[in-house]
Amino acid sequence: MSSFIELAKTLDWSPLWISLKTGAVATVISFFLGLWAARKVIKRDYRAKSILDGILTLPMVLPPTVAGFFLLLIFSRRRTFGIFLNDTFNIQVVHTWLGCILAATVIAFPLMYRNARAAFEQIDANLVYAGRTLGMSETSIFWRIVVPTAGPGIASGTILTFARAMGEYGATSMLAGNIPGKTGTVSQRIAMVIQDGDYVTAGFWVAVVLIIAFVLIFLINMITGKHMKNIRKW
Amino acid sequence: MKRLYADIHKRIGGFDLNALIESDASRIGILGESGSGKSMTLKSIAGIETVDSGHIEVNGRVLYDSAGKIDLKPQKRNVGYMFQNYALFPTMSVMKNVMAGLGRATEENLDKAADMLRRFRMDGFEDKLPGELSGGQQQRVALARIMVTEPELILLDEPYSALDSYLKDRMQVEMLEMLEDYAGQVVMVSHSRDELYRFSEELFIVSDGRIIRHGETRSVFSDPGDSVAARLTGCKNLSAARLIDEHTIEAVDWGITLSIDRTVPSSVNCVGYRAHCFEPVWGGRQKNCISCDIVRVDDLPFEKNYYIRTPGDDPLCWFVQGEEQKIIDKKGLPDYLKMQEDQILLLGQDQ
Repeated sequence: MSSFIELAKTLDWSPLWISLKTGAVATVISFFLGLWAARKVIKRDYRAKSILDGILTLPMVLPPTVAGFFLLLIFSRRRTFGIFLNDTFNIQVVHTWLGCILAATVIAFPLMYRNARAAFEQIDANLVYAGRTLGMSETSIFWRIVVPTAGPGIASGTILTFARAMGEYGATSMLAGNIPGKTGTVSQRIAMVIQDGDYVTAGFWVAVVLIIAFVLIFLINMITGKHMKNIRKW
Repeated sequence: MKRLYADIHKRIGGFDLNALIESDASRIGILGESGSGKSMTLKSIAGIETVDSGHIEVNGRVLYDSAGKIDLKPQKRNVGYMFQNYALFPTMSVMKNVMAGLGRATEENLDKAADMLRRFRMDGFEDKLPGELSGGQQQRVALARIMVTEPELILLDEPYSALDSYLKDRMQVEMLEMLEDYAGQVVMVSHSRDELYRFSEELFIVSDGRIIRHGETRSVFSDPGDSVAARLTGCKNLSAARLIDEHTIEAVDWGITLSIDRTVPSSVNCVGYRAHCFEPVWGGRQKNCISCDIVRVDDLPFEKNYYIRTPGDDPLCWFVQGEEQKIIDKKGLPDYLKMQEDQILLLGQDQ
């Protein structure tokens, strides 16, 4: 324990900030993108729904390294789109923090989308119809009726998205690499110090991750649990 | 001038809806079984369901016209719709629910909403969530939410079906009171003939996607036209009929011949008789009588239901209440049941 405290004083805390920042930004992007995608998908017919749903869920099912492969294929500075981004907008994705965000967003987005979709599908269509006959605009119906009613599902989706984005390893290491102070996230730091046989530092970071994970799950249960208290135990 | 005109054509799967509702009555009823297309008709008028073709007009304002390519969004139709489950927004307070259709929370709008809640005796509940209200209170909030937007037409979709029977009776009276000052037309859809008999001035009967009968409510009940409409208006006893001459028909399923002073139209192929209208006869057989051969008796709180044997598949139903039951208790069961001539429903399959 004392060695942990010693360690905490001299430790480079940058991986934690990088992970938290990456998680936060990826969550904000996924949140709006996920709600938007969920709303579009549930309006489609059965067949279009299945195809779209498959594409949008794919990054969650594939190994992250496969996603990393495709991201590199697109954004590598030796390829057309990567060159275009670099030359026209001076945007570099590979080996940058932007790469961290992109990788985390792609991997975590399906969690947001799927949770939002499931929550939207539970909503009584009459609520939307009622909004329409009362003269409310579609935007107002979505943000004032649909999203609040789907609140618990969306909240737990958001938290899961944040947790997944924060812990992303595979795609991040391929796209953004592990540059200390720039793209070096907690999960990458754990892998790196383990390779050096430094189990104390690795253990420290593992403890940090465990605490964050537990707090997040506790939050989900608090949010969704409020609505569960009327459900009978069996 | 109040006038609703809705000519609606729509096909979903194997179901065809072809309904024409045209009325200038203040209170309009649409009676039909579930799956008959009555709710779909209502939703089409509100613009919640899409329509294949037709024309919908309220007080001269065209809401939909397939020929003129007019199809107003529900937001622009100014038609209030009360859903079976009221569809109150569960995360919003009562006040916010009523404000939902008013837009900005200006002082004027807030006053309007508060006034409406007071009118519906829901003041004091402004901050409650819909889940904290009773069924009757939810219905009042739903109606307040609609009325505050000052719709040109109000549609009620099975408004009492979510209430238990005690509340149902009370809310029917309340609904009529609440709508008393409303100047526009109100259309109520229901499968309950009692609700609609009480509510509507003009009645449309829907069956299998078509309007099979319409007219002034009381006259539709006293002359439903065909056997389907007769059944929907609550006629329990129906028999196939064979015309013998202009004043005589044979009720095949009941095994009796009925003589009728009115001239019987040649289209008549069915007769109906309401279960409450039999006249018990002790002693000799009279005109239009059937032997009172009872196969079963059901004892209900305020009436007795007797079932009489017939040559057909179904027994005749005879419902007896109050004073009449006392007479039967004293004199014993009658020998015959007489059908009063003016109560006999002459029905044709196609009219």
